[in-house]
Amino acid sequence: MRDDATGRPAGYHKDHHLSDPPWLYPDLRATRLRAPSRPLVSLTHTLSEVTGPVFSHNTVRGHESDLTAQHDGPPIGQRIILSGRVRDGDGKPLPNALLEIWQANSAGRYTHKWDTYEAPVDPNFSGVGRCLTDSEGRYEFVTIKPGPYPFGNHFNAWRPAHIHFSLFGRAFVTRLVTQMYFPGDPLLDHDPVFNSIPDPKARRRLVCDFDLDATVADWANAYRFDIVLRGREATPMED
Amino acid sequence: MSERQPPTPSQTTGPYFGIALTPDGANELVARGTPGSLLVWGTLRDSAGDPVREGMLEIWQADREGRYPESDSGFTGFGRCHADDDGRFEFRTVKPGGVPGPDGTMQAPHLNVAVYGAGLLKPVRTRVYFSDEEDANAADPVLSGVDQTRRRLLIAGVEGDQVRFDIKLQGDDETPFFDV
Repeated sequence: MRDDATGRPAGYHKDHHLSDPPWLYPDLRATRLRAPSRPLVSLTHTLSEVTGPVFSHNTVRGHESDLTAQHDGPPIGQRIILSGRVRDGDGKPLPNALLEIWQANSAGRYTHKWDTYEAPVDPNFSGVGRCLTDSEGRYEFVTIKPGPYPFGNHFNAWRPAHIHFSLFGRAFVTRLVTQMYFPGDPLLDHDPVFNSIPDPKARRRLVCDFDLDATVADWANAYRFDIVLRGREATPMED
Repeated sequence: MSERQPPTPSQTTGPYFGIALTPDGANELVARGTPGSLLVWGTLRDSAGDPVREGMLEIWQADREGRYPESDSGFTGFGRCHADDDGRFEFRTVKPGGVPGPDGTMQAPHLNVAVYGAGLLKPVRTRVYFSDEEDANAADPVLSGVDQTRRRLLIAGVEGDQVRFDIKLQGDDETPFFDV
């Protein structure tokens, strides 16, 4: 995309401010001492903001998208196909976008040494996957549905079942780290992480949809989760 | 043109991102022993001054000539580091060259930083400048936009091949964070 005559690259929309949670959300205890308290410094996007790391099949291998095939046997849990499209705010698909996911196993336990929840570790499940979107911005993972788990935020606090997503678009400022939830989960109403997002419509965009068309008979259920990264402002000059 | 779509909202990484995002070596942009390489290090702390061990830094930077890499072979310009139990992070890298700024200006050499972690519902964004680039720092258009009394908090102390940059998320000496 072309810069204008002043050498100022077209910046990215700052409409993420309308969707994102605040830094300080007192119901989520860990934000209280970590949320910045000073006003942000405004910054007009420069090359440093509108460029970003590039990924290819040099670093991401095809088999990394199947979380059920990383060990000797299949993991325990409900096998699911999780797919969707990554687009920018103008609806343009983003090819070669890196997605990284991590999640608990079907019992709600992570393979992390800090996780002390008394639920079984599954030796056949690491809970980590990566893939690149194809030329039309599509991605697909095969995994198992994670379980909910307790966390120390308040008495009897439980995280709803979720999968962590990390995405790279074309620029360092379009980086997105988020969590995807499952439809109909009764824990969503009680979760301070999910409810930190002020706009209920924005919250709803983190809940995937059951995707009957993508299910595979006698093998797997399917869910669809589409993702939108920030779009670029119009460029002043384009041939 | 189709109607603009609002972006997907951010959520915290939580504490367990290390299983996916920070394999060994993710913080080494160049190999140990690379001539001219630097160790950029510091600590990540909360408002009480306690280390944030459930935190992660990402850096994005230009190469020595001031060009942002456009491929994932060779120098990628990108690194990640999981803070340790003392909140310490470190990156082995090279100092970037200056990169073009708006209106024909040059930006001083800098690293672009995003900080994620448990308790951060969305990342905070800052920049690391270098104390041995006084003239370039004085002319930098982004640094000039930071309140003069807080600019020092963005300038890492360079001593030989060690570059020290501490990050305070909140409170006294809170690191200036940018609205990007």
